[in-house]
Amino acid sequence: MPGPDKETDLTERIEAFLFDLNRGGSGAGPLRGSAETARETTALLRRITAQARWSSAGDLMEIIRNEGRRMTAAQPSETTVGNMIRRVLKIIREEYARSRGSSEEADQQESLHKLLTSGGVSDENFRQPFAALKPNVIEAINELLTELEGTTDNIAMQALEHIHSNEVIMTIGRSRTVEAFLKDAARKRKFHVIVAECAPFCQGHEMATSLSKAGIETTVITDAAIFAVMSRVNKVIIGTQTVLANGGLRAVNGTHTLALAAKHHSTPLIVCAPMFKLSPQVRRLSFLSDFYRYCEILSKVNVHCPVFDYVPPELITLFISNIGGHAPSYIYRLMSELYHPEDHEL
Amino acid sequence: MVMFSLTPVLDVCTQQQEGKELTKEEKQRLRKEKKQQKKSKEKKDDKPSRDSEKEKKPASAASPAPQTPTQPPAQKAAPAPVPVPASETPSAADKPAKSKAELKAERRARQEAERASKGKKGDVGPQAAPGKPKAPPSELQPVVKRLPEHVQVDNPEVLKKLAKKLERQQVYGCAPNCCGCIPLRSDYGYKVSLFSHLHQYSRKAPLTQQLGIPSTVIHPAIVRLGLQYSQGIVAGSNARSVALLHAFKQVIRDYTTPPNEELSRDLVNRLKPYISFLNQCRPLSASMGNAIKYIKKEISNIPSQCKEEEAKRKLLNCIDCYINEKIVLAAKAIAKYSIEKISDGDVILVYGCSSLVNHILCEAFEKNRKFRVIVVDSRPRLEGREALRRLVQKGINCTYVLISAVSYILPEVSKVFLGAHALLANGYVMSRVGTSQIALVAKAFNVPVLVCCETYKFCERVQTDSFVSNELDDPDDLIVTRTGTTQLEHWQEVPSLGLLNLVYDVTPPDFVDLVITDLGMIPCTSVPVVLRVKNVDQ
Repeated sequence: MPGPDKETDLTERIEAFLFDLNRGGSGAGPLRGSAETARETTALLRRITAQARWSSAGDLMEIIRNEGRRMTAAQPSETTVGNMIRRVLKIIREEYARSRGSSEEADQQESLHKLLTSGGVSDENFRQPFAALKPNVIEAINELLTELEGTTDNIAMQALEHIHSNEVIMTIGRSRTVEAFLKDAARKRKFHVIVAECAPFCQGHEMATSLSKAGIETTVITDAAIFAVMSRVNKVIIGTQTVLANGGLRAVNGTHTLALAAKHHSTPLIVCAPMFKLSPQVRRLSFLSDFYRYCEILSKVNVHCPVFDYVPPELITLFISNIGGHAPSYIYRLMSELYHPEDHEL
Repeated sequence: MVMFSLTPVLDVCTQQQEGKELTKEEKQRLRKEKKQQKKSKEKKDDKPSRDSEKEKKPASAASPAPQTPTQPPAQKAAPAPVPVPASETPSAADKPAKSKAELKAERRARQEAERASKGKKGDVGPQAAPGKPKAPPSELQPVVKRLPEHVQVDNPEVLKKLAKKLERQQVYGCAPNCCGCIPLRSDYGYKVSLFSHLHQYSRKAPLTQQLGIPSTVIHPAIVRLGLQYSQGIVAGSNARSVALLHAFKQVIRDYTTPPNEELSRDLVNRLKPYISFLNQCRPLSASMGNAIKYIKKEISNIPSQCKEEEAKRKLLNCIDCYINEKIVLAAKAIAKYSIEKISDGDVILVYGCSSLVNHILCEAFEKNRKFRVIVVDSRPRLEGREALRRLVQKGINCTYVLISAVSYILPEVSKVFLGAHALLANGYVMSRVGTSQIALVAKAFNVPVLVCCETYKFCERVQTDSFVSNELDDPDDLIVTRTGTTQLEHWQEVPSLGLLNLVYDVTPPDFVDLVITDLGMIPCTSVPVVLRVKNVDQ
């Protein structure tokens, strides 16, 4: 029978994805970039929409929410998974509303009005079945996938607006977005890049070799020399793991020091982050201690090896995303366009 | 013509030398040159020395570094420039040629003045510390100091002169073209353009490989010391200074005064090639520079009627005193002051391995203060592991992080203790690279930063950034990574890739809250005051 086969196939895929997420986090499997994770999550969600059994939008949202909770539990630090789930939930809501006939603009104004007047209890229960809902949702998810595929290129296209010639640019660790950004600018302009190696994983080394092969003058420095050379740097361009709702960052270890040094020398700090990294979380006081990698323990010594740093929004000058450049104070507004407030907690 | 006008001055000297045969013309020329060098340094102007050198040259025009075979003895003892300390200057760089008449007149006027003052003072022989401008302490010393050659690597003329100077610097009595000369160490690898004015050596090619065995020029204790420096076996400001002083003690023990020579003059000349050699192995630190100045002053102050054995004993005693006072006792005094600043329940952050800070923490622990320590470390030297070992052996509760985790761990910290390599006269702290970063982050989190430094490391240089005067370590050190795989193994083949391995950086004084020295607890801005007080004492 086609039904159960499809279902088992689906559950198999979901299990495989969860397994990958788990492995990727513990360092045993291959480290995958966040763009890849986002794409795979969205593809999986499309498959769930297509193959799972649901009759109304509410059912679909329940299914996706459950799966989403499992996925985020498998790898809490990989926030793109949760972000994509929230995007898809928002898509479903929109498609549902469109099918019901209410216009989108009214919805927006209504939501602001609703915030002020009602207590937030929505009388929508998404129980009405619509035949056209499934293909619409799948089409919208396809659009999302296309957007995801183009993010790096969109960001790289903006490079020439921000980099002039004979500049000295500093970056830290390895970010595929920043790599593409700099390589795009290097086609037309000559500049110098200083890469901080970001111990202990030293991903900066990979970045440096890749940039130098593209013909960019690169220098590798140790993390300790960041402040020492900062006085000669014109711009700091970094990538990040997550952009938080307040405009802050959750970025690789050492970024906070880099941001402080840039602030001290009044050097602009530019963050290249695609929109799928925007997460509705705010900084929880404990999240930095949640995630450790490989610690070697001598018998009497505590060793700390945090993977991420929190960077407050005051230290950031500009965000460059696939939809353009924004100030950190604008991030909260972008978030409200991407995610529905009820989906912030999955 | 010029030489004869100096004979009255020489006679004065002759009377003051007892029992020395000064009939040889070479010795006369020697003395005269040394005197001129002393005079020129006293005038704090480079032109006279070069002018006098030019005058001695047989009618050659303004060629800066002659090696004419007609005057080998004179040239051998020519005022070979002292490479150390950093304020010393090499001889004869580019200078405009003055007319001979002008130079003669200038020199004659100076000699008259000299003779007059000599008649009054009657001091013995030329000073052996030519680098120190001997202005009385009440005058402000003029600022015209020459750039040290180790920050002029991008100037090919300076490098040529350094090579020639190394050739000339041979042990007294050695033939001028013997094969045991100090070779010039060559740079390694692609240098980042911002630092092209500094040397960058490879650890795999130590200078000692180019020396013949046995080396007739350099004392074996110095060769060993040079190798230990260049391989990083002896590292750390205090350790290097103490090792240097012990090596010099050995040199002094093995020294015998050649006939017709004075210990006070000859020994200093003997030390000059050693210092050049050590400088080539690894650029000298500020503390080493101050120690060398002290030794030279002590040697030159040995009265000439002193017998050799007694003089040597005196010198060895002086060196021991220096080590004891400036390093050992200073450490005790600093520990005493610092312990007042450590309270129970403190969480103290230290960076890298500073012998002084380790000493302080061990003392505080012995006095039963309850605290725990966070050791911050950085690649590629990973000196923090050594500090960690020492502290854990004592039984102190320790945590270990890398420098990229500093902003993570700093909210728990109550104080930061940092060591220093040197304290500059404008209040900046020169220390291991990464120190300024820690001070910056500590300031952002409002954690007090205390720097511990002995006064013998205070330096008269000024510096505002970490570029102009620094040390570049072997760039290959950056390659090795923890997991064993390397990305940068073939970095030399990629033309646009450079590795930068800085050793020092400067911390601005607004990041530092307090400096603890053996003279007490002072703010960073009081460093020039201490320097002035020290100069007055000396």
